[in-house]
Parts: sequence; C-alpha cells; structure tokens
Amino acid sequence: MTNQHFIYLLRLADSPLILAQRLSEWCGHGPVLEEDLALSNMALDLIGQARLLLTHAGRVESRDRDEDQLAFLRMENKYRNLTIVELPNGDFGQTVTRNFLFSAYQVELWKRLQISTDTELAAIAAKSIKESTYHLSHSAEWVIRLGDGTEESHLRMQTALDQLWPYSAELFTSDDTDRSMAESGIGVDPSAFKTDWQSTVSQVIGEATLTLPADTPFVSSGKAGQHSEHMGHLLGELQYLQRTFPGAQW
Amino acid sequence: MMNTGNDRSKEWPLWEIFIRARNGLDHKHCGSLHAPDAKAALQSARDVFTRRQEGVSIWAVRAENICASDPDSKAEMFDPAEDKIYRHPTFYKLPKEVDNM
Amino acid sequence: MYTQSMDLPQKKEQSASAPGAPENPEYQREFDARLAQGEFIEAKDWMPEAYRKTLIRQISQHAHSEIVGMLPEGNWITRAPTLKRKAILLAKVQDEGGHGLYLYSAAETLGISRDEMFEALHTGKAKYSSIFNYPTLTWADIGVIGWLVDGAAIMNQIPLCRCSYGPYARAMVRICKEESFHQRQGFDLLMTMMQGTNEQRVMVQDAVNRWWWPSLMMFGPHDSESTHSERGKQWGIKRISNDDLRQKFVDATAPQADILGVTLPDPNLKWNEKQERYEFGNIDWDEFWNVVNGNGHCNRERLAARVSAWQDGEWVREAALAHANKRAAKHPDGRVGEQAAPSMETAPMQTAPTAGST
Ligand SMILES: [Fe+2]
Ligand SMILES: [Fe+2]
Repeated sequence: MTNQHFIYLLRLADSPLILAQRLSEWCGHGPVLEEDLALSNMALDLIGQARLLLTHAGRVESRDRDEDQLAFLRMENKYRNLTIVELPNGDFGQTVTRNFLFSAYQVELWKRLQISTDTELAAIAAKSIKESTYHLSHSAEWVIRLGDGTEESHLRMQTALDQLWPYSAELFTSDDTDRSMAESGIGVDPSAFKTDWQSTVSQVIGEATLTLPADTPFVSSGKAGQHSEHMGHLLGELQYLQRTFPGAQW
Repeated sequence: MMNTGNDRSKEWPLWEIFIRARNGLDHKHCGSLHAPDAKAALQSARDVFTRRQEGVSIWAVRAENICASDPDSKAEMFDPAEDKIYRHPTFYKLPKEVDNM
Repeated sequence: MYTQSMDLPQKKEQSASAPGAPENPEYQREFDARLAQGEFIEAKDWMPEAYRKTLIRQISQHAHSEIVGMLPEGNWITRAPTLKRKAILLAKVQDEGGHGLYLYSAAETLGISRDEMFEALHTGKAKYSSIFNYPTLTWADIGVIGWLVDGAAIMNQIPLCRCSYGPYARAMVRICKEESFHQRQGFDLLMTMMQGTNEQRVMVQDAVNRWWWPSLMMFGPHDSESTHSERGKQWGIKRISNDDLRQKFVDATAPQADILGVTLPDPNLKWNEKQERYEFGNIDWDEFWNVVNGNGHCNRERLAARVSAWQDGEWVREAALAHANKRAAKHPDGRVGEQAAPSMETAPMQTAPTAGST
C-alpha cells in the first residue's frame, strides 16, 4: 500500500517535472518575447508542483529522500511520467498542442484529487488546479489561433496533433496502482474522466478547424517506467551536476 | 512615425496595460506590449506585469484607441486652473478651534 | 543594465516626423529649460532630433542586451543542480526577457517599432553589451554572472531611473525593482559552493577569473575616450561617468570577494587609504573592442540564436494575426469573452469592464 501510494505520487510529480524541463528549453527562444515569458511562467508553475509532490512522496516513502534526490537521482526506469511530456518540443505549434492536451488532462485530474483522502495531496491539487486551468486557457487559445490562422499554421497544427495523438492513449490507461489508489480514496482512476477530457479537447479542436485523429492501437508506457529514447538524453542534462559531483551541496 | 519601408501590417498591435494593484485602488498604467487579440493581450499582461503579485485586475486597451491631449495645447488646457486658488482648502483661514474642518 | 557606453557607429536613421520635429529655436529653449529644471520629457513632447536618436540607440541597445543576455544563463537552466536553483534561474532569466520587453516598449514611444529594432539587431547594425559574448562553462558561472554582471548592471541602471525621458525612467524603475534579487541569488549560490567541496571552490575561482575583467568592461571605455558622455550628461541620460561607475563597482565588489573567499584576478588591486578607494590594474581594451566588433567566443552563436528564434516564430506571428483578422471580420464588435474556448469560463481572466461600470 505504502509502495503504491509512493509510486502514485511519483507519477503525479514526474509529468510536471519533465514537462517543465522541456518548457524551460524555450526560455530565450520563443516566437515573441511575450510568449517567452508565458512559457517560462508555465514551467515555473510545473516545477513548483513537482517539488511539492516529490517532497510529499519522499515522506510517504520514509527513506529520507528529499525532492532533489528523487528528482535527480533515480534510474530512468524509475521515472513515472507520461511519455507525451518527454517528447522533444518540436515547433511552437507542437509545444502548445502538447500543453493543451496535457493541461486539459491535469485540470480533470486535480479537480478530482481535491477531495483525496490524502489531505496533503488534496491541498496540492487545490493549489495546482488554478495553475493548470490557466495553462489550459493559454494553450487552448493558441491551438485555436494557429489551427484557424494561415494555411501553413493549420497544416503545422494538424501535423502536431497527428503526431501527439497516439501518446494520449496512455493518459487513460489504468493499472493496479491506479485502481487501488482509487479504491482507497487517495487517487483517481483516469479512465473515469476520459469523456470529460474528450469533450474539452474536441470542442477546442473543432473551433481550431482541426480534425481529431483516429485512435491507434499504440499505447506508450512512461508511467510504468518504460520510456521513449528521448528520455535518456533529457535525464542526461537534468542529472548532469548531481551525477558528476555525488553528494555535493548546491 | 518613422517610415523605413518596413511592412508594419505584419506586426502585432500595441496594447496599453492598466493594472489594479489591490481592490480599492484605481487601475494604473504600467506599460505596453504586443498581442494579436484582446485575449492574448490580457494573458500576456498577466505574464509580463503580475509575476510578483502586482495586480488583481487588468485592463488592456489598443494603443491606437487612446485619445491623448496635445502637449502643444498644454497652456490653454491646464494653465487656466492655476489661479482658482479658492478651490483649495488652504485658501480659507479659519479660527483655530474649527480649523480641522 | 545592460547598457554599455560603446560609442558605436550608428546605423543611418531615417528622418522622423515626431511632433514638432523640425528644429525650432523657441521649442529648443523651452526643452533646454525643462531639462535644466530636472523635469521629465514625455513621449509626445517636442524634442530635438539628436536627443530622440540618441535615446533610441541607447534604449534599444539596452533592450537587445537584456534579451541576448538570456542566452548565456539560459544555457544552464536544464542542467541546474537542484529544483530550487532551477526555479530561481528560470525566474531570473525570464525577468531579463521582461526587461527587454519594457525597454522595447519605451523605445517604441519614440517612433520606432520593435520589429525595426529586431531587424537592426539581427543584421548586426545594432549592438548589445559585449559581456554576453562570453561563454558560460560551469555552474559557477551562473553565480558569478548574478554577482558581478548583474551587480555591474545594477550600478549602471540606478542612475537611469532619474533620466530625463519619462518612459525610459519608468521602465528603469520597474527593472531596478526586479533586479534586486538577481545579484543576491548569485552571491547566495556562490556562498553555497564555497562552503562545499574543494572541486566546487576551484570552479568558483575559475569563473571569477574569467568574468572579472569583462565585468569591468561593462562600464564602457574610459571617460577620455567617450565622445557621447558630455551631451548625455546635459540631457540627463548619462548622469554618472563610465570611470566613476567602474570605480564604485570595484569599491563595492572587492570586499565582497573577501567575504566569499575568492581572489580577484588583478595583482594591482589594492586599497588606497588616502583616497579611500581601490586602485586596480589596466583593462585590456583590445579584447573589449574585439568582442564588441564580433570576435568574441560567442558572438556568432548569440546572434544566430536570436535570428533563428525570430525566423522560426514567423509563422506563429503571422497566423495569430490572420486569426485575429478573421475573428474581427466575423464579429466586428467582438469582446474578449465572447468567442472564447469553453475552458475560458473557469480561467482567471475576465473581460475588462467598460469604464462606466466601475
Ligand atoms: Fe535585466
Ligand atoms: Fe538581471
């Protein structure tokens, strides 16, 4: 039980952690200064969420691991993020499309976790839902602008959506951990809010004049610790200093 | 305006941003930014100007929609108020006992 | 800051039709009188053409420096060693982007557009502070940049809060408020490293060795070489001379180095009891001009990064505008909330009330 609780919290923590790592790559390289600042703000929110969740996970585990030991010193197959967040940023269109699909998911998730029997998690959810709601609003507007912008932007956005869509299947897979957490009232089984997510997504995608891709049999497996080839490179940067100077204080 | 032959129609319009720091205060001009539409202007204003809890409410106004008084007519606009000293409380000398009114 | 008094060859500027731009002795007298009384000049006020051009050059150079300055530190965001440091660094670099934005806006009040300024940067016509053409090689560089580079910047920026041009002065007030954490986080980072392992201390000393002289160069050429200084002073846009600021910086920084436990790489640095200031060695001006003129370690990379960000973003800027035009055509009186996505209803943004409703 404790172990499943711990793993469940890592899953919640790792997706914001890894997406923040990706979004921070945009800092200084955005299409306009205004969006540079917006993406950095988003990354800062996500780092904040990850810190709270990792700290909490460390307490639940009770092996004295703090946020940084958990964030920087795990083996790749111990990271439990959704695969979609570790994919390279691609162009600005891909970045906002991923932000949109992910934050629409997070809003539904936080909404339900606000009543978690894990009161610490409930408090983190209540704080995070405000942030994710803003991220959703920001990214939905961009999906619409770019989907219904020029011919080129429409094409780019449809390509982005087609490429990311297969990774959305993983968002709603549930395993023993999800089910036991849902039963105990700590967590929520993601399959429970798939239709809510779909209705937000299809409404925005429709307004963006884009076409929802058909589902495929492909299911990624990041939350189970099996990642894409991109993950190792991402961790190479993330872990560089902690791995090079074991035990140093920063 | 400068005319350098650049195509300005490709630039996002300029918006002036006004922020209310706390309820009970006026919205105050705090700067400007570029945005393609009103929604983006508000969201960017939030990201650019309220990163340190500087505001609870934002107005965004297209810069071209602001009518400004002409600095050249400053004299006729504002100087006539100069001699209306009877509008100020200090103009009236009252006995000490009632001077706090 | 990151302005640098560089006295660089100026791009040829087009004539402007700012209000009352033609030279006019009566306006000129009034303008001079206002400056003499320490009054602010505002965007629509008459101003001499040379004043306007100088401001555009100085403010846009300053803005370019802020955004190019995001790159060397941005180089370490994904490698920051702890989540706390990652958040601090990201917030700091983001702030610099905000500073660039405030300054471009201030320059825009003078009748130049942000795109035109970018164009000047991207084609190499406009300059930015040469400090950002040095590479960030270790994590200690992040601390040293905060301590020395932002420290020098702050020294330079504070007098600009009182400069004669209102929009520039107001932007500087906002910037200075935000800068106050930049230098402190750098020093804090270095103190932590100095209390760490020997390897970490060596890393800090190495970074100090590489950044000390370039930081002194940030204040620009000696006063004797600086042709713009006199007029800048008269116009209230350069209130303290390059050499005076540099001296102030050395006097403030040398004792901080002692507290940190690092050595500043200048054998001639010593306290002069009589004059109550530090003496220091000669700056290598050849290096300075080489870097200014494009031959530093990172000049090409920095410019290339800005150019590709701009080019890669072109389709985004175009599409957003195209979409806004479509919406406007469909709903000529469209207000913010009307066609928003369903998710907007829960978002913290709301339509601004009309003035009458407040
Ligand atoms: Fe700055
Ligand atoms: Fe700074």
